Amino acid sequence: MFFFCTDPSTLPDWQWMACYLTTTKHMSLYWSVFTVLFLLAVTAPAALAFGFAGAAAARSKFAPLAWLGKGYIAIVRGVPDIAFFLFFVIALDQGIEYLRHRALCPDWSEPIRQGNDFVVCQAAKMPLGNAPQWVHEGYGFTLAVVTFAIVFGAFAANVLYGAMRAVPHAQLETAAAYGLSTRQTFWRVLVPQMWVYALPGLSNLWMVLIKATPLLFLLGVEDLVYWARELGGIKTPRFTDYPHGDWRMWYFLALLVFYLLFTRASEVALDRLMSRLSHGQATTAGEAQRKAAA
Amino acid sequence: MSCLDTIQAYGLRAIGIGERRLPRDEFTLCEQFTLIGSGMMWNIYFGLLALCAGFFLATAVALGKAAPNPWLRKPSEWFIFVFRGSPLFIQFFFAYFFFLQLKDPLPVFDVFTAAWAGALVVLFFNTSAYTGEIFYGALQSIPKGEVEAADAYGLSGWSRFRRVIWPTMLRLAWPAYTNEAIFLFQSTTLVFFSAFPVRGQRGDALYYANYFADKTFNPFIPYPILAFYFVLLTLVVVGLFGLVNRRLNRHLPQASRARLKLRPNVIR
Repeated sequence: MFFFCTDPSTLPDWQWMACYLTTTKHMSLYWSVFTVLFLLAVTAPAALAFGFAGAAAARSKFAPLAWLGKGYIAIVRGVPDIAFFLFFVIALDQGIEYLRHRALCPDWSEPIRQGNDFVVCQAAKMPLGNAPQWVHEGYGFTLAVVTFAIVFGAFAANVLYGAMRAVPHAQLETAAAYGLSTRQTFWRVLVPQMWVYALPGLSNLWMVLIKATPLLFLLGVEDLVYWARELGGIKTPRFTDYPHGDWRMWYFLALLVFYLLFTRASEVALDRLMSRLSHGQATTAGEAQRKAAA
Repeated sequence: MSCLDTIQAYGLRAIGIGERRLPRDEFTLCEQFTLIGSGMMWNIYFGLLALCAGFFLATAVALGKAAPNPWLRKPSEWFIFVFRGSPLFIQFFFAYFFFLQLKDPLPVFDVFTAAWAGALVVLFFNTSAYTGEIFYGALQSIPKGEVEAADAYGLSGWSRFRRVIWPTMLRLAWPAYTNEAIFLFQSTTLVFFSAFPVRGQRGDALYYANYFADKTFNPFIPYPILAFYFVLLTLVVVGLFGLVNRRLNRHLPQASRARLKLRPNVIR
């Protein structure tokens, strides 16, 4: 990276460190921070959408739809989420390949599950065997995003379902008295008012989502954890210009600090947002603001 | 091999008793149920010990955070911040490599590189921090009339804490503490998926579920079995905590008793 990095073995300490921390592999580590941020940026709205659909379904008057929504919320309660992560990645992959198999190879006669194997025709493989490397990585990442969205969607659905029920019932009755239809009541009265009640739960969920991002590693994405393990291990002079001992502890310490700063910054930002939203509201927080100002 | 034989061979496999070789082909339902169930022993071991030990540290940390003395308050605040602000997954990795480094100068730390001790320490600190925050919140919301009444009766110091503040704190914190206990049991599944090595294929329930899913390439059987066990465990935890909750609230009139409310689980 720097001009003095040509022969690292002769460098003084601080220059050696500067060169070491800017090798190509370290650049991959820094890029994986963006992977994490990108995952958060994509997953948060997707999970919110899943959650909204789940909460709306759970409120439905049509019983099977309500069962579906409530089941979706309930099933994630009792089971460790990491099990869901491991499950959905395979299940989604097999589901997609199965559907493609049915569509692309209609004259295939053998069963798909043969003993302990899952066999689909070549054309149905996802991604195709001859696809370039970035397609494989992109596909893996997309599966991870969808998995995160499904699992966190259930949490968001639970929060939003609670928030919808927290909206004072008199508001809905008033809307009905004014002759609004169920749909109009939902979109014009219920949804605009529920966000204040949902925000504490949603901000908690955001923190949880941040803290769940290291699990990307288990889904096979080359994320921070992957690179920290990779770069921190013992390096001998035979394979690298920058030999060092087992530094994995320091790499994970750095990750720990990174996540601490990240959650702390989110906490401060969300507190500000909350105090802005409570301004002028008829809640305890809003009342406290009014008294402080008076 | 009949199902009874399978249970005999694999029922205690997770702690290294019984058949050494895991099943390799023709994975029957019975084998999957038995092995995943045997792995649950580790989840219960980690969860139960961390919960019991964490209860006391959490009380100390909550009192520390509520203390006016900064020498007690600051360390407690930092302890809670560090363990609640970072992912448990990263904490496992860091602790493992930390113990690995300590092992060379201090051989005492060799035991902590094994999951049964090292991961237990991490879970213990982690649950202490989360529970400490819950207890701290409860301490802050003790009705001041109760403390004033204790003063009026001439209670002070230890006896006031033991007879008035502590029971009220527990009563207020109990619903949230129940959730924390459920999350703790669920986060024990992370142990063998982080840095801690699985020795001799003695893993927890998720380890075996993952083993079967990898071997059969069929996630639709082992993971639901795992889910079944965990739902069962959650029900047991809720039941036991509900009993304690009833006892803590026994002096209150029926209507004002705090109901146990369950919220969705949370990853750390």
